[in-house]
Order: sequence, then structure tokens, then C-alpha cells
Amino acid sequence: MHSKKPFYILVALLFIAGIASSIYRGVENNVPFLPGKQVQSWAVDAKIKFQGTGEPAEISFALPNDPAFEVLVENATSPGYGLSISDEPQNRRAIWSIRSAKGQQDLYYKVTLIPTGITSIQAEEAPRAVSPHIWPAAEKVAAEQASEDVWAKSATNLSFAQQLNKALNASERSQNIELLLSSNSASKLFVNMLNNRGIPAQEVSALHLEDQRRRQQLTSFVEVYNDGEWHLFDPMNGTQGRPDNVLLWDRSGKSTLDVIGGINSQVNFSMLQDTRSALATSLDVMNNQGALDFSLYQLPLEEQSLFKGILLIPIGVLMVVFLRVIVGLKTSGTFMPVLIALAFIQTTLLTGLVGFILIVACGLMIRSYLSELNLLLISRISAVIIVVIGIIGLFTLLSYKFGLSEGLTITFFPMIILAWTIERMSILWEEEGPKEVVLQGGGSLFVATLAYLAMSASWVQHWVFNFLGIHLVILAIVLLMGQYTGYRLLELRRFKPLSGE
Amino acid sequence: MRFSFAKPSALRKNGVLCMNKRNIDYIGRCNPRKFYKRVDDKLTTKQLALANDIAVPDLIGVVREQHEIEDIPAMVANEDGFVIKPSKGSGGKGILVITKVDAGRYYKPNGQEVTPSEVYRHVSNVLSGLFSLGGSPDVAIVEGLIQFDPVFDGYSYEGVPDIRLIVYKGFPVMGMLRLSTAASDGKANLHQGAVGVGVDIGTGKGLHAVQFDLPVDVHPDTNKVLTDIQVPHWDFLLHTASKAYEMSEMGYLGTDMVLDRVRGPLLLELNARPGLAIQIANGRGILPYLDHVDNLGNHNMSVDERVEYAKKHFSHSAKL
Repeated sequence: MHSKKPFYILVALLFIAGIASSIYRGVENNVPFLPGKQVQSWAVDAKIKFQGTGEPAEISFALPNDPAFEVLVENATSPGYGLSISDEPQNRRAIWSIRSAKGQQDLYYKVTLIPTGITSIQAEEAPRAVSPHIWPAAEKVAAEQASEDVWAKSATNLSFAQQLNKALNASERSQNIELLLSSNSASKLFVNMLNNRGIPAQEVSALHLEDQRRRQQLTSFVEVYNDGEWHLFDPMNGTQGRPDNVLLWDRSGKSTLDVIGGINSQVNFSMLQDTRSALATSLDVMNNQGALDFSLYQLPLEEQSLFKGILLIPIGVLMVVFLRVIVGLKTSGTFMPVLIALAFIQTTLLTGLVGFILIVACGLMIRSYLSELNLLLISRISAVIIVVIGIIGLFTLLSYKFGLSEGLTITFFPMIILAWTIERMSILWEEEGPKEVVLQGGGSLFVATLAYLAMSASWVQHWVFNFLGIHLVILAIVLLMGQYTGYRLLELRRFKPLSGE
Repeated sequence: MRFSFAKPSALRKNGVLCMNKRNIDYIGRCNPRKFYKRVDDKLTTKQLALANDIAVPDLIGVVREQHEIEDIPAMVANEDGFVIKPSKGSGGKGILVITKVDAGRYYKPNGQEVTPSEVYRHVSNVLSGLFSLGGSPDVAIVEGLIQFDPVFDGYSYEGVPDIRLIVYKGFPVMGMLRLSTAASDGKANLHQGAVGVGVDIGTGKGLHAVQFDLPVDVHPDTNKVLTDIQVPHWDFLLHTASKAYEMSEMGYLGTDMVLDRVRGPLLLELNARPGLAIQIANGRGILPYLDHVDNLGNHNMSVDERVEYAKKHFSHSAKL
């Protein structure tokens, strides 16, 4: 007896690989674990306006850069302009250029974004040491005193920023701060005071996402670096952290819009919230990342829907293996019930059952005439196939005439299988009587119905197509059941007399 | 009672072999694939048996091609009766028994007439592989009718009783007599309603009986007490079964034999996948016997020694 260890290792590997790849699909690629899940997405339009002076114009516009949102689709409309998008990791910018721009110019940038659920901003590398701000003489003392007050009340860089933000927004501000605020904007002041203490901080521009808003402007936030992470502060109201539905548009620390060769430039935003299928969304994301290169989603839609059917077969097969090996049910023709169940998926259960019984009953009647002709087996079955096609055609026509659209789906039954079923049933009838025919036929339909119920569940259909790893798990279970040497459920009844009870 | 389930632990304690374990641990391990033809093809079995001096029913003829079917009437003209069976059939499927030939007219055991065209169609079906495993093309064997031994009169209804022995690695470990009933239509297949009577390996005496997997005491058609049966030629049957091991080289084997009034025990067919109902007929599980044989290891016993060993250790009174 050779060792079974390699076998169990193989099964374990298949199992782990299947589960792991499914989890990877779900977590990393955001493929939803349940069908029909919806996610919200945002469509944001930026409209840039400026007056051309007739000179060559170059417009550089910062593009959204926020780990909390993933860019699904982006495009820019700008007739007559050359467009290039620079893809620096921290500073994505669109650059429009034209030889001569005169009069009112409108440039559009549209982007569709989906939330990723990542709210923290990790810094890929520590920012360079900051150079201290040089205050005008009048403010120098005030700034140093204010900074000293807050410094004393803080322990770390982060708590200094928190305390400073509070101090800038306190209802009764110190005179020093009032003085500083009179000549500096809150965010500028906040950044400068942090920088003077050697704490990296920068202004960022953000957009408040709100459904169906137009003519929105960017607002300023400040992000403060601490321990590999940027923390977001709102210096206008003293709060820390990221408010809901805020999109960080520009984190470069430079200007959002630079226009050379134009005047009176401004940018406006309008936005729209949309819900879309989570599955379609994650497919689009994978497509953007080039992750679809070798997958079923790449196939044309027709082949995809074909595969959706084919990938259900393992579920039906698993069902049959379970019913035979563990339960001990007999089926006529090992995997015939799976094929019938596949037909049921097209016809729906009730129509399928009625159609199947009708065809087999009619086929049996015609077959009983054929049996008197003493034909060779092959030509007899061929005749049955042709007759089955005739019966199917007749039923389809009849149901069309009577306006029963369900009847039209009867054509989905596999005809060769039906012909063989009729032939076997007919022999069974002659050898063992009609009771056995009803028993075995009923058994097959019962197994087919169970297989159908398993295969038609929408979450099963979702899983077998979108999480291909599940097939490795099914393979592992089938292999494992192939090694099962225990009693079948029905054997417990069969061998009851031997239990000694 | 009918719908109650046994505890798996109770069955395991009593050594009941189940289908999955039979398939994997015994058939899969002990029966080499390349020797299956010796048992699945009845014509091959017959030829092998003849070469090994094991008695088999007379071979009247073999029909291999459709056009040879027309030779059958001439073939059986001088016989009292005959049996047509597919060479690769299983589970008793496709066996046509004609007990009376009268001026070109054929009659089944129940007196029903079979027309020549029905015979023709039946053989044609056999050749097309309708009854063979996997539907492969087959040949039809025409055999002489067995004149069954009257010792079983009253125990069997319209059919030939046969003796099934399970031979494990050459040792006969369990035996059963299969008696046809009205329900089984003269056939000796348990799933069709035949009665199985467990037989003591040591003595050839009946022990328990079963029909449709449920214990019975008397034959349903004749009301004779089944456990009174004593199978004659018992030693000879054990020897033949044991010899079939060398002949087929199958470790887990079912042998089916019949008792002919004139010729004595005849080997009917071998089975590489014998069923499990024999355990119910014997009222006990087969696993302790199989384990006992496995524990012997390499023994180099002759057929006679194996039969003696089996009679001594595998009889129902013996302690395992």
C-alpha cells in the first residue's frame, strides 16, 4: 500500500490555491463576493476658462491625486489644443498648448472616480527637510511667541499641529494670532508655523463632492507629515481628519492652474453621483491596470456567456458525485442529469420538467412501434433522434400557436441525450416493466432538479465565473470524495439488518 | 423499520463492507485492470476455464456478425433448450432463456412463446452493444441449457439457482445461494427480486436469507424454509472457486456456479465487482474475513490447502 501523503498534499494545495486566488480576486481586485452589489461613483467635470491674448498659450492643470479615489475614466475636450498628461506619481498634470489663443477659451477635463475605501495617505518617502519661513519683522515676535505657547502644550509633531490648529480657530484667539491672521491666510499661517518648527506640511486643494453641484471651487486643506503618513487638517475650522466625500485634487504644493499666454483664468467644477455595478466597476479598474491580459473577461461577450454555462458544469458534476458517493443515489447515465439540468437553466424548471416528460413519453410511444420493425440498434437510435427533433418542432409550433412562450425554450434539450434516454427507458420497459421506468426516470429527474437548483442559484453563477479559483476547490473536493471509503447514507438503511440492533 | 438508519459505528463494528470501500480498497487494489477481460468477457472466461479443467455449460455457438443471426435456428435445432447471452453483459441483462424448442418454435420458462423475429432482434441488440458495459459492440453466446439439479426443487421458482462465492486472494470467504422468484421473473439477480441465502463456507448449509435487502425466512412463492438448504458438491464448488483465482488473477472475485443434474457443478461466470448483498444474506459483515486473509501475508498455499484453511477458519461456527 503506497503512501497517500502526496495525494493529500495535492488536495491541500488545490484547496489553498483555490481559496487564496478567490480571496485575492475579492480583496485585491475588488470583485464583489455577492452578485448585484452596487458602488457609487462620481463624475467630476472641471471647466477651465481664460482670455487668450493672441500669444501662444500653455495651460498646466493639476489632476486629482488621492488614494481614496480611483480614476476609472478620464478625458479632456479641447478643440484645437495639443494635450499631454504628465504622469509623475505625486504630481499628475494635464498640459494644453496652442500656437495662438484669442478671446474666451474653454477647456474641459472630465473624470469618473470610485471610492477605494483607503482614507489614510501614506507617504512613499520622507519629505525633504523644510526650510523655515522668514517672517516680516513686524510679525516675527508674534509668530515666535504664539509658536512657543503652543509648543509648550504639545508632545509630538502631530499634537503640536493639533494644538496649533485649535489655537488658530479658538473663539478667543491670542493677540499674537489675531495679528498674524490679519496679514496671512489661516492655511498659509498654519503651514508656515509648522515649517518653522521643522515639521513638513503643505497646502493641498480639495473638492467637496456633493451630488448635482455646479460651479464649485477647490478648498484648501493642510496636510502634515508624521511617521510616514500625511494627516489632513482643515485650518478654516480647526478640525482634523478627512471629511466624507472630500476629493484631494492637487497635492503638489504648487499651483493648481498655470496659464501662460492668457489672462483672467479660472477653474470651476461640477459633479454628479452615480451608482454602477460593483463587478463592472472592478472590471474597468482591472482593465485600466492591465490586469485583464489573460482572463475570461477579455473574451467577446458571446464566448463569455458560453463560458458562463460551461463553468456551471463543475457544480452539477460535484452534485452528482456527492449524491452518488456520499448519499448513494443511482442515476441512469452518470452525468445525464447534469446535461438535463443545463437544459433546465435555459427553459426554467417547470417548463423543463413538463417538456422532458412530454418528449420522453411521446418518444417511448413511437419507439414501441420502431421496436416491431426489427431495426439495427444504430439506425433505430438514429430514427429516434429524428423523431425527437420532430416532436420538439411540433411542440414548439403548438406552443407558439397557443401563445405559450415557455414552450419555445424546449429546443434547448440535448437531442442525442434525449434519444438515448428514450432508447434505454424503452429497453427497461421491456425487461423490467413500467414501474422501473418511472422509478429510474424519476430518479434521474430528481438528481437533475437538485443539480439545477445548485446551478441556478445566482450567487453560484456569480462565483463560478468571477472566482475561477473555486474550480480548484471543487476539484479538491471531488478528489477527496473519490477517496471516501465510508458508508453511503442509503447504505446505512440497506445494511440496517447487520447493525446488530 | 423500513426508513430507519443504522449507526455507522455499529456497522463498522460488525465489519460491514460498503460500496465505496469495496471499490477503492478491494476492487481497485486487488483486481489489475489488464485482467478484466478475463471476467468481463464471458467467452474469454469460458475458454480460460476449459484450459484450466473447470467445467462450464456447453457452448453451442457464437454469433459475431449480424448476418450470422440467421444460423441460430439451425444451431439449436437439436437442442432441448438454449440460452443466448451477451459476452460482455452485466447484472444479468440481455439473457434470453429458451427452455423448450418445438419444431422451430421457442418457449420461455414461463411458457410464453418467443417468435424467431424476436430472437433475431434480441441478438441484433446484443451485437450492437446494448447490454454490454460502456455500449461497446459485443458478440452473442449461445449456450446449452442447464438441467438443474432437483435438490433445489421447491426452493427456486422458474429459474436456475446459482451459487455465488466471494474469493479473496484465492480463499473462498463467503457464499450465497441465489434463488429466483416470481418477482425476479426467473432470474437469479438479487436486485431484481431473487432470494439470497447465505451459506456456511464450512458445511454448505443455509444460514440466513434475504430478499430486496430485507431478511426473509421462507421462499415467497413456495413457502419452503430457506435455512434448511444444504448445497451438494460443496467441496467441489469451493475448489472450483478457489481455482478461478489462479485462472483470472483477480484478488477480489465473485464466482457464479450452477449445479447440473448430469455434469455436476459448472462455472457460469466470474465477476470482478461482486455485490454486497451477500453480507445481508449471511447476516454478518465480510471485512473480518478479508482482514484475516490479509494477515496471512505471503502463504504459498495450494488450492487444496486454501480450501481446507477456509473451511476451518471461515465457517460460521469458527472464531475469527
